[in-house]
Amino acid sequence: MAIKFTLNGKPVSLDVDPDMPLLWAVRDEIGLTGSKFGCGMAQCGACTMHVEGQPVRACSTPLSAIEGQKVTTIEGLGGKVAQAVQAAWVKHEVAQCGYCQSGQIMSAVALLSDNKKPSDAEIDEAMQGNICRCATYVRIRAAIHDAAKTVRA
Amino acid sequence: MTDQSSIKLPEASRRRFLQGAGATSLGLVVGFHWLPRTALAQAKAAGEPQMMNAFIRIAPDNTVTVLSKHLEMGQGVYTGLSTIVAEELDADWSQMRAEGAPADAKTYANLAFGMQGTGGSTAIANSYDQLRKAGATARAMLVAAAAEQWKVPAQDITVSKGVVSHAGSGRKASFGQLAAKAATMTPPAEVPLKDPAKFVYIGKKVARIDSRAKGNGTAQYTIDVKLPGMLTALLQRAPQFGATVKSFDAGKAKAVPGVVDVVQISNGVAVVAKNFWSAKLGREALTVEWDDAAAEKRGSDQILAEYKELAKKPGLPARKEGNVDEAFAKAAKIIEASYDFPYLAHAPMEPLDVVVKLDTQGADIRGCEIWAGDQFQTPDQMNAARVLGLKPEQVKINTLFAGGSFGRRATTMSDYIVEGAEIAKAIGAKEGTRGAPVKLMWTREDDIQGGRYRPMYHHVLKAGVDAQGNITAWQHRIVGQSIIAGTPFEQVMVKDGIDATSVEGAANLPYAIPNMSVELHTTRTGVTVLWWRSVGSTHTAFATEVFLDEIAAATGQDPVALRRKLLTRHPRHLGVLNLAAEKAGWGKPLPAGRLRGIAVHESFSSYVAEVAEVSLKPDGSWKVEKIVAAVDCGQPINPDIIRAQVESGIGFGLSATIKPGISLSNGTVEQSNFHDYEVLRIHEMPQVEVHIVPSREKPTGIGEPGTPPVAPAVANALMSGTKQVYRALPLPATATKSA
Repeated sequence: MAIKFTLNGKPVSLDVDPDMPLLWAVRDEIGLTGSKFGCGMAQCGACTMHVEGQPVRACSTPLSAIEGQKVTTIEGLGGKVAQAVQAAWVKHEVAQCGYCQSGQIMSAVALLSDNKKPSDAEIDEAMQGNICRCATYVRIRAAIHDAAKTVRA
Repeated sequence: MTDQSSIKLPEASRRRFLQGAGATSLGLVVGFHWLPRTALAQAKAAGEPQMMNAFIRIAPDNTVTVLSKHLEMGQGVYTGLSTIVAEELDADWSQMRAEGAPADAKTYANLAFGMQGTGGSTAIANSYDQLRKAGATARAMLVAAAAEQWKVPAQDITVSKGVVSHAGSGRKASFGQLAAKAATMTPPAEVPLKDPAKFVYIGKKVARIDSRAKGNGTAQYTIDVKLPGMLTALLQRAPQFGATVKSFDAGKAKAVPGVVDVVQISNGVAVVAKNFWSAKLGREALTVEWDDAAAEKRGSDQILAEYKELAKKPGLPARKEGNVDEAFAKAAKIIEASYDFPYLAHAPMEPLDVVVKLDTQGADIRGCEIWAGDQFQTPDQMNAARVLGLKPEQVKINTLFAGGSFGRRATTMSDYIVEGAEIAKAIGAKEGTRGAPVKLMWTREDDIQGGRYRPMYHHVLKAGVDAQGNITAWQHRIVGQSIIAGTPFEQVMVKDGIDATSVEGAANLPYAIPNMSVELHTTRTGVTVLWWRSVGSTHTAFATEVFLDEIAAATGQDPVALRRKLLTRHPRHLGVLNLAAEKAGWGKPLPAGRLRGIAVHESFSSYVAEVAEVSLKPDGSWKVEKIVAAVDCGQPINPDIIRAQVESGIGFGLSATIKPGISLSNGTVEQSNFHDYEVLRIHEMPQVEVHIVPSREKPTGIGEPGTPPVAPAVANALMSGTKQVYRALPLPATATKSA
């Protein structure tokens, strides 16, 4: 039976294995590839999407669990917080290989949507689930502080 | 054609060997190749993008695209190479673009390797003169086109920020407007290059060319390639290195919905499916029986124990000066220590992947197209051709962004490319799947357990010191596997039994010590090994720099003062040492519970010193709070990217400083994913301050040199405050003395 949900504001219906992780449904079945595969067990955060505004690891979220819910990927980001985060990412030249950055940005947007003035410790807490092997962490921290300023302005 | 083979490359031994490799084993001509005039003439139809030369394409929309012969894997090479072109072309930065060059060793060879490939922090160093010349030549052609069109003397024409102007007549044109005509102009044999004092981009910050695409999900990696009819394959590899397939039962795998086929290739059994999820479920349902007769069955503890035994005997000489035995006999004091290093996986965020599409006619393979974050195009092209029965030039490679590499994608045996080609060939032989493109993906488990690690090493050091605290003798014995043995580089990079990459950073120790012996025992195990960001320096920098601090402690000398005394003939080492010490406030008191340590190391002809500031709590737990780095990589191209690479190199090195490596039990890798092969996370990243030495020396690499000094700097900081020694990586999580 088809599973229905909302992806980036549009209704989607997929008739696939309900155990298929959300990540692979979005990448392979729908064709949006901005969310990445890094570990397949919710350890690295490269696949991070928002479900009802909350960051989830799509590689370990079965499609059946998001029936009827609103899913946002990097392609569907919008609004003041997302714009501030993405602009700060460019300004601080955060990305190196860039592969993890969709996930980093999704986590950062979720953080700043809840907390307009995170401390370093709060940033570490919220971003700990997102691995960057290029270790762009110094700039991720700086970009989040900068984006927070924009959001507060 | 202009001969560029006289380009003087930095002195690093690896590079010299690699130059030799190109000239002998691969038989390639290194040079600067312009496109043939006929090709240019064919391309000049109005409205088409124009190739000004092999590296620069100008489109009617006024974009300038640099064809990068180097893989962009995060190190910023698309930006760096485009900066060099933009500088000499006098382009506007906003019009610059970059893309991967096709696989063609004649045109796009790494001049340091003699083949097309990226590594050894060579991209900027080997491209600098070549791309300055390419940019200046294209500029001259644009000027010549304008002169002819406007009927004015070329010397009266100026170019600035992408606009070609003639002041006298007030005429102006963009590159895009002039490109079609410019492409027909004869490239001048000699072009003047800019006076570096007039650089507007080189040495300044320009925006990274790939930042926007990497911040909105549109950057294309191999994993994102989707072709009509494309299938996805996962390969079941042997659980032990060297084991082979005895038999397999594909019945249950084939019953998984979406699984199209199960095929055996040389390296295992592949499950081919319509999507990743089906391939994964199919692989889980597959049963393979392995023949372990030739497999490595030792555990890593046993291998290390054997290395320690071996280290008791002299190895082959890698460097010999004076007479260490005599000097030891006369020494007032002998200091000895040994250091251990585990296997390490690269674990780039994008696991290895490749897309292979065969051009078939019936059962015949006519050609092949590959999409990959390809780091070694020439060997990859040759190996894919060999598997498919094609000529190398029949294999087209599209080099996409790589989601990290750290050395992993650069293998002379092209492991993942060959696997992809063999799977494509196997399914291509069957009617139903003939010609279907296939994407081979490695899962994280495949990556962590798949080998090609930084080798495990054991080092033993011994120093003799006189009554005044001068080091009179230094003996350094290294035990570990060769990265180069068994590769096409062996005949030139392994001299008299010494793999240059096993001893780099040790055999060229810069310290003024009259009697010196560096020895190597090269071991063999079934575990496959490979270069890992900064290669030999990943272990030699730690062993030498920590041992030096042990000597400093044993003789009551300040670590910086001791290094200064030993480096008087090495001004660039000294320069970064002094700069880092000064910026970190070396010698000034620290707050309670804070410790400082320093290390200096040259790798890939770039010089880096790092001061680590570590906080230590009474319970022995500790954290790296800050790293102050000083770097000398010659003429800086983009200071912000240099800073970014040093930050990155430090984070990468720090990961291996605090997190355990790969271990084996009965030949089987004990780790499988990021839960048990942990890597550095954001809360473990220190503040990083990077100071760049101003220089007009030839630019050298920066992708790797930030990595080696961090681990010894941290260990030295801990040693200074705990009066303990730290002789293995990773460092212990608590610094309290064990009973």
